[in-house]
Amino acid sequence: MAKIWVYAEHQNGTVDPTALEILTKVRTLGDAEAIALGQGASQITGVLGEHGAKTVYVSEDAAFDDFIAEPAAHVLAELAKQQSPDLICFGMTYDARDIAGRLSAKLPATLMSNALDIESPELIKTAIFGGERIVDVSLEGDQKIAIFRAKSFAPEPDTSAGEPTVQQIDIAVPDETKRAKRVERHEEEASGPKLEEAPVVISGGRGLQEPDNFKLLDDLAAAIGGAAVGATRAVVDAGWVPYAYQVGQTGKTVKPSVYIAVGISGATQHVVGMKGSKKIIAINKDEEAPIFQMADLGIVGDALKIVPQLIEEVKSRKG
Amino acid sequence: MNIVVCVKHIPDPNLPGELDADNRLKREGVQGVLDPGDEFGVEAGLQLKEAQGGEVTLVSMGPATAQEAVRRGLSMGADKGVLVTDDSLKGADAYVTAKVLAEAIKKESPDLVIAGVESTDGYSGTMASTLAEFLGLPQVTFVKSIESAEGTLKVDRQTADGYHVVECPLPALITVTAGINEPRYASFKGIMAAKKKPLEQVGLSELGLSADDVKSWQNVTTVADAEARKAGEVIEDDGTGAAKIADFLKEAKVI
Ligand SMILES: Cc1cc2nc3c(=O)[nH]c(=O)nc-3n(C[C@H](O)[C@H](O)[C@H](O)COP(=O)(O)OP(=O)(O)OC[C@H]3O[C@@H](n4cnc5c(N)ncnc54)[C@H](O)[C@@H]3O)c2cc1C
Ligand SMILES: Nc1ncnc2c1ncn2[C@@H]1O[C@H](COP(=O)(O)O)[C@@H](O)[C@H]1O
Repeated sequence: MAKIWVYAEHQNGTVDPTALEILTKVRTLGDAEAIALGQGASQITGVLGEHGAKTVYVSEDAAFDDFIAEPAAHVLAELAKQQSPDLICFGMTYDARDIAGRLSAKLPATLMSNALDIESPELIKTAIFGGERIVDVSLEGDQKIAIFRAKSFAPEPDTSAGEPTVQQIDIAVPDETKRAKRVERHEEEASGPKLEEAPVVISGGRGLQEPDNFKLLDDLAAAIGGAAVGATRAVVDAGWVPYAYQVGQTGKTVKPSVYIAVGISGATQHVVGMKGSKKIIAINKDEEAPIFQMADLGIVGDALKIVPQLIEEVKSRKG
Repeated sequence: MNIVVCVKHIPDPNLPGELDADNRLKREGVQGVLDPGDEFGVEAGLQLKEAQGGEVTLVSMGPATAQEAVRRGLSMGADKGVLVTDDSLKGADAYVTAKVLAEAIKKESPDLVIAGVESTDGYSGTMASTLAEFLGLPQVTFVKSIESAEGTLKVDRQTADGYHVVECPLPALITVTAGINEPRYASFKGIMAAKKKPLEQVGLSELGLSADDVKSWQNVTTVADAEARKAGEVIEDDGTGAAKIADFLKEAKVI
């Protein structure tokens, strides 16, 4: 049986959902084990077990929270030398990418990024050309690393799972790995539902013309209720909305019941982040815009006219 | 300060991508450009040099045509370039790329190494972290602004919900986001000057590596078209577009 590790990122006692998604998949391929590092690690062993981790390795050392990548890469590499997992999986987050990258040099192990599906530790699927083609990639070497995109699998608890074995990691974090230090944290508390979890996502692009017009999308989200607002990289780079709004290759992956694309052309790098949506609605004034090729409903017209009307229509239907 | 900027030559992203016989992205015989993401790295390097003095060296790995990307960076104002090119590097994965670039970069003894967050064609987003490990340097990825870089480095690092301020001793490696600056255009004078700037081409043996050291552990076995979504109804707005969307939302049971 293959031994497959899943690195479980977590914050304030909550596991990054991608870790649970990956566990759900890999528990069908071999013995799944999870690694949780940093303060609060012991709080998440239960949920990792429920999703298929037979063993959870934990260390509560605060160095993992305070210092970027190096402490985690060191401890993972040492632990992997003792335990010889066939594959080490990560979710595609900022910190995980950094850790996985360093681990690749340390083990050494080949690293497959942007993984979408897995058949075995030796065969992983990814997309190229911004999602137009799917390729199977074979991986060589005793140990391998894969970074999976969010929402590649649907997380499901394993009803037959027993309590996981919790194993304290006794590898010390060396001082020389404590270099890049987080000295201040500025996180913007987003109001309303999270982009990744909302049943309706309304995203705006450059077609909204001006940053102030983004307010229209907030109003529409409020009228619908339980909707979240997203954006393209073009408007994030232009500073209209914070980066946390970005949907796409370098932003978030969303799979809502309905995705409404407003003034968005439909570039492949945007589309990879939203094409898993159940239904897609597009509003664009250019009938040739690529977004219409994947929309279930496309309206060719001026977003600045249509969105205010839509807000009224939604309100009247909700009564 | 001695700055190395990683620059990648990529097939023009505005043209449809092609695969070679090994199902890898075709890099030779296609129109190429300097990765637009790396222009931010070059600009960041030039701004630091202008503020603190020093030298900006561009380092790239790719086919001989990748010279064009390095020249482009030189015409923006970088001082010199190094291109690692070797037949056995075809199809190199991120691990191999990092191993090779590390050997080329070590020779420059940089105080700071700058790369992009992810390349436009490969977008693994991991090459730079692997490179940092090979170089033995600390790393800060997703840098959206540099507060200071004298003695120690202080930067703002983008996170999913905001940013962190990170401090780190130099030498170090950073990756920069697209929001960090406005890359300058190469002026005519810059383009002319770039023709005379040193651009060294090195092969693997000059870096003390052999073909065995750079064997890629990844192979593409099959390629298939992704499941395409089908286009639905597309209608010209005649004043009833909003009502149609509202009906659709009602049918989808989200209102
Ligand atoms: C490495 C890399 C990573 C990237 N990652 C991402 C990513 O994560 N997410 C992302 O979104 N992009 C990403 N991009 C950028 C992507 O390629 C596109 O540039 C971007 O998505 C375009 O944004 P847009 O649709 O808002 O703008 P545009 O492409 O400029 O489209 C604007 C659209 O608005 C329409 N329009 C104009 N006026 C109106 C009006 N009044 N009413 C209705 N419609 C109107 C136009 O017809 C046009 O179709 C990435 C690019 C690279 C190279
Ligand atoms: N062949 C290369 N030559 C020079 N720099 C590279 C090369 N490949 C990747 N890079 C750098 O590493 C960054 C991340 O690349 P990637 O891991 O492919 O997403 C890029 O933005 C470049 O700055």
